[in-house]
Amino acid sequence: MSESNGATPVLSVRDLHVWFDLSEGRELHAVQGIDLDLLPGERLGLVGESGCGKTTSILAVMGLLPSSAAVAGQVMLNGTDIMAGGEDTVSPHRWKDIAMVFQGAMNAFNPVKRIGEQIAEPMRLHDVASGKEARKQVGELLELVGISANRQDRFPHEFSGGMRQRAAIAMALACNPKVLLADEPTTALDVMVQAQILDLLVSLTNELGLAMILVTHDLPVVAQVCKRAAVMYAGKIVEQGATDTLFHEPRHPYTRMLFQATPDLYGDDAVLSIPGAPPRLDRVLTGCPFAPRCDSAFHPCLLEAPEEREVGEAHVASCHRNDPAHAAEAAAVVV
Amino acid sequence: MSTEGTSAPLLEVKGLVTRYPVPRGIVGTVARRPKLEVHAVEGVDFTVAPGEMVALVGESGCGKTTTAQTVMRMVDHTEGEILFRGQDIGEMSAGQLQPIRRQMQIIFQDPYESLDPRFRVHDTVMEPLLIHGIGDNGKDRDERVLHALERAGLTPPDLFADRFPHELSGGQRQRVAIAAALVLEPSMLIADEPVSMLDVSVRAGILSLLDGLRRGGLGILMITHDLSTAAHFADRIAVMYLGRIVEEGPSREVVRNPRHPYTKALISVVPKRDPRMQVEPQILTGETPNPTLVPPGCRFHPRCPIAEARCTQTDPQLREPDGADEGHRVACILA
Repeated sequence: MSESNGATPVLSVRDLHVWFDLSEGRELHAVQGIDLDLLPGERLGLVGESGCGKTTSILAVMGLLPSSAAVAGQVMLNGTDIMAGGEDTVSPHRWKDIAMVFQGAMNAFNPVKRIGEQIAEPMRLHDVASGKEARKQVGELLELVGISANRQDRFPHEFSGGMRQRAAIAMALACNPKVLLADEPTTALDVMVQAQILDLLVSLTNELGLAMILVTHDLPVVAQVCKRAAVMYAGKIVEQGATDTLFHEPRHPYTRMLFQATPDLYGDDAVLSIPGAPPRLDRVLTGCPFAPRCDSAFHPCLLEAPEEREVGEAHVASCHRNDPAHAAEAAAVVV
Repeated sequence: MSTEGTSAPLLEVKGLVTRYPVPRGIVGTVARRPKLEVHAVEGVDFTVAPGEMVALVGESGCGKTTTAQTVMRMVDHTEGEILFRGQDIGEMSAGQLQPIRRQMQIIFQDPYESLDPRFRVHDTVMEPLLIHGIGDNGKDRDERVLHALERAGLTPPDLFADRFPHELSGGQRQRVAIAAALVLEPSMLIADEPVSMLDVSVRAGILSLLDGLRRGGLGILMITHDLSTAAHFADRIAVMYLGRIVEEGPSREVVRNPRHPYTKALISVVPKRDPRMQVEPQILTGETPNPTLVPPGCRFHPRCPIAEARCTQTDPQLREPDGADEGHRVACILA
């Protein structure tokens, strides 16, 4: 894996925050300072439960949040902060350098326009191609995702769910981006079709050198597709590292408990639910946001939020149990 | 696991066939186009014993939900027998079915849609009692409601009784739906994708609840597309493809020693939690064929990696292949 070999990330997110305006002057702090680095050709998983801020984070990177959202932080694309100037600096890169496959994208096609026309739209928008040239490129894109080129004149309803999802990926690739943000690209697809789509995403990243952030709630999908993953909880990344390390040596109880809550085909261990629910993010939280649900919380967890610490090579976690100052106390809490 | 070959089955389905006519329209009728039918379920046999959980697994369109709905008599079957406690309920009138329905309850996939938003939890759980005229008086019924809520894990029950669905989380809503089924004290539950709409962290809780009910003697038929869940919680798994059960047997056997090429492929593409356990997925191309045009011979042969010429002619029946464990049946002439 490439993290430590000094390659320059194609995308770097630093201290990203998102606040949503609620009624009566209240605010919801949906994303609370996340850092991500994505290397060229890398596949990074972003996992967590619904409401943890994973989709909001990548929408912020794309500059696609509604006006009720306030965003702070840096989104560096090849070293340039594309968020510095708001829409003016983001829009030249959107679809061209960073593209996204939306959740339920297969159902987001305009039903009265031909698939090919819809895929060509970002090409026209960014003056990549138009007319005959666009048609030719659309055909190539469809072939790339496993649909024959002559089907570009079909309407969305003539495609199955799996084919529409392939077409949505083709649309994201229309302007030959360097970064693909895929939000739950296989949720709601059957397991065999999911396998086909994941296989496609893996081969696209391998062959085109495309870097991808795969957003999903499905840990096994991340374990299969991504070498590295970030686990989000309550708007923060609580642990980040190699997927193999996250499974075998998690350093945040949430990561461990998420894996324990996921049934495995060959797993014989009991599947355990995580009690309680994630905290509301429209209030100021004291202590670790996961403490009320944690099976190994101890005294400091209720008092102060844990700092992110390096716990191994390219492995960070935010848990008081990793703090040497609390080691003795933590050891007394046996899981 | 509590599978006991000796106990009389609660539910026995023999040769079940359910077909839906495809409307031809006026033009089609005048032109005497052939009458087409969707062969949703095409000869399915299985049993569910008390204290046993059987999982019907397959991709969308394989007929698993139609099977469940036919068993519940929500959809009329074309052929076959549905025996509940030895009684053929397939031909019963609505009036005759009423007491049977009390015994056999169904839980649906989406707890956001299956609960009436204007009903308090108490009223939702009370309604089945009123419909079936159960309970001596209001007080008795109230007690039954609270008891059902408690069995469904909503404790303390009086805390939840006065709430509306919008005040509950997804997992709690599904528990309310389960309580509304349990309040009739059924002997059999049909759970149609009971956790697919829920967050990972709460899925395990609902599945453990069903597991506990099974241990308490309920027969459970679970419909799911998730093989990992089936492997973990069901005693037996029946894999469906295009209206047929193609493989059926003890969960461990089906998952660890699959014998049908379709099951083998399905199992190979299920992502595993442990990145080290990932195997080379055996991805089938294409999608499940249209159930109006079922291929001749073995219905899986067009997608089968090992199909031979004779597979296009022989329609394989479920049988125990040589060397298979007892009760492990496969519909493949090459198995």
